[in-house]
Amino acid sequence: MPDVCANPASVDATLRLLQDGDYVAGRGLATMVFLSLRLSRPILLEGDAGVGKTEIANVLARVLGRRLVRLQCYEGLDAAAAVYEWNYAAQMIEVRLAQARGDIDRESLAKDVFSERFLIKRPLLHALEPGLAGAPVLLIDEVDRADAPFEAYLLELLSDYQITVPEIGTVVAREPPIVVVTSNRTREIHDALKRRCFYHWIGYPSAQRERAILRTKMPEIEKRLGDEIVAFIQELRQTDLSKRPGIGQTLAWASALVELDRVELDPETVSATLSVLLTGRGDAARAGRGVVGDIVAKVKAGTTQATP
Amino acid sequence: MSALPTIDPATGGKLVSNIMHFARALRLAGLPVGPGKLLEAVRAVEVVGPRRRDDFYWALHAVLVERHEQHEIFEQAFRLFWRDPRLLQGAAPLVRSGTERRRPKQLDQVRQRVLDALMAGAKDEELEQPEPEVELDRALSYSPEEVFRHKDFESMSAAELAAARQAIARMRLPIVRLPTRRFVADPQGQRVDMRATLRAGLRTSGLIMPLRRKRRTTRPPPLVILCDVSGSMSRYSRLFVHFVHAVTSDRERVSTFLFGTQLSNVTRHLRHKDVDIALDRIGAAVEDWSGGTRIGVCLKEFNLHWSRRVLGQGALVLLITDGLDRDDVGVLAIEIERLHKSCRRLIWLNPLLRYEGFRAEAAGVKAILPHVDDFRPVHNLDSLADLTEALSRASDRAGGTLRSRAA
Repeated sequence: MPDVCANPASVDATLRLLQDGDYVAGRGLATMVFLSLRLSRPILLEGDAGVGKTEIANVLARVLGRRLVRLQCYEGLDAAAAVYEWNYAAQMIEVRLAQARGDIDRESLAKDVFSERFLIKRPLLHALEPGLAGAPVLLIDEVDRADAPFEAYLLELLSDYQITVPEIGTVVAREPPIVVVTSNRTREIHDALKRRCFYHWIGYPSAQRERAILRTKMPEIEKRLGDEIVAFIQELRQTDLSKRPGIGQTLAWASALVELDRVELDPETVSATLSVLLTGRGDAARAGRGVVGDIVAKVKAGTTQATP
Repeated sequence: MSALPTIDPATGGKLVSNIMHFARALRLAGLPVGPGKLLEAVRAVEVVGPRRRDDFYWALHAVLVERHEQHEIFEQAFRLFWRDPRLLQGAAPLVRSGTERRRPKQLDQVRQRVLDALMAGAKDEELEQPEPEVELDRALSYSPEEVFRHKDFESMSAAELAAARQAIARMRLPIVRLPTRRFVADPQGQRVDMRATLRAGLRTSGLIMPLRRKRRTTRPPPLVILCDVSGSMSRYSRLFVHFVHAVTSDRERVSTFLFGTQLSNVTRHLRHKDVDIALDRIGAAVEDWSGGTRIGVCLKEFNLHWSRRVLGQGALVLLITDGLDRDDVGVLAIEIERLHKSCRRLIWLNPLLRYEGFRAEAAGVKAILPHVDDFRPVHNLDSLADLTEALSRASDRAGGTLRSRAA
């Protein structure tokens, strides 16, 4: 595992860096990561579930040797859970103690009670603190799950890398963190937030890249089985599904097949393990035995679009 | 200006001005490219280095594209613009593009937008404008199988507008306001606001701690309107479109789709405050006014492409249709069930029921009825007031009796 790494010097270096972290990126994504590192701009990633949006933050933290600060968004996420909160119990005790001491100067008491000592830091505030190896990687995951007011709250952080706590003042990051924001597009992200980020859409990978990903993540898999898996999944994504399988599911399925000691695809095994790939009754029904058989036959005959 | 980077001194000026022209073309094609973005694009190109064409492409892409839908416009504009840097001075690339092989319709429309934008740029520069090619391209963007009619709306008088607004303001959709996790100060609130309490207490140095309270705020759920504008509904389409415009400008988080033989998302067009401009844009954007109805297919498309994006956070769906589907009812039954399962509440407004003795006999109606939470028949629908009144009516026997009649 590399210790502290300097930021890459070129797009090619970025590609290699991501490759070192077992992430097979396209040149577009690498260019954007490179730009974001050089120009200190947040990255906004959109795409279907399971295409590796979150993974990029994990990989960046790993290969650059940075701390990863993760904020999972959910509906109703507010500043108290994401940024900071006051430790009210300790504050009350402090007030009582001050009274016991007879030290009841209003100004100084207020200053004392609302000081950093009583501040409970949450992920966003933590992300502004430098780590040993430099600024952390801040992952704001699934920002579309949070509501619009929270998004507005993020604007100050994303444009100036600072957070204002009314009682204390403005906390500024000495070194801007590497920010990765992901969205599943369950609602439209506000333009103000998008404007502050570099935007990239991660689609499903091409067959070639998917094979590379499978090789990288599961080097133990037989080449033939791997190629067939990728060909099958590429073809399956072309069918009329409401939720197409992502890379995550490709890998899960591949390990399931390895676990079952299969060296090639056959319709029975595929049907039996299809639930790993398709997570809906409608989809499972649509990709019934006939469809699966057809695709497997195509894979065998080497007539899928994905076949090299 | 110090913010401007120094690209290669020999050719830098040219590249910067080319990027500027490119950004202007994108802006005309509808991408939100402001001066800030332009500066940033120049910096990005400088950082990446202009040696590799794909790096150059992705650097501009990272800065200038803000959403997935813009990718296609960017792609087309990039290819047209950077293929020949002198594009704005000559029309040669446009001629070629007009005779390229047939593309899917949507792409053609995108291309048309990009071409128009580039041409507008050319006009600005007071250069010759090759018109025939543009027309050639436009001709390809129409599909021969379907007869598309563009809709002209009569404009509304100011008095009508005011009446419409009042009607909408009176409208009470049967919506339960959803609790949010945000709080506002409220003396009668259920919870103690510790932060405010401490601050209040410090005024007396903690001798007296007056409790400050807060309560949850609520807000209406997002609203998704699916409105049928097919032939059988054409009597009402003007009314409905006025209605959805009024609702869209009245509330937050409203998404509107019109459908006939195909589904169109018109939310963006409706955002325009001026109702006539909004309607003009819709009239131009929606191509199947007063055509046939394929409710099932349109709902399927909605379920596939939009439901995840607009039905989040407990959305309420208002389906406005007469339920007369010319297509296979099997599809409709499956898709309406799925729609029902993916939203908080499904309200069906049916304007065809002009007489009391209505029976749910049409197959489409039978397919939809079991899956709606709330059924709103409208008799004598002539004004927005009637419509809003129908929607505001308490969820009463009307739904229940009709459903049992249908059963």
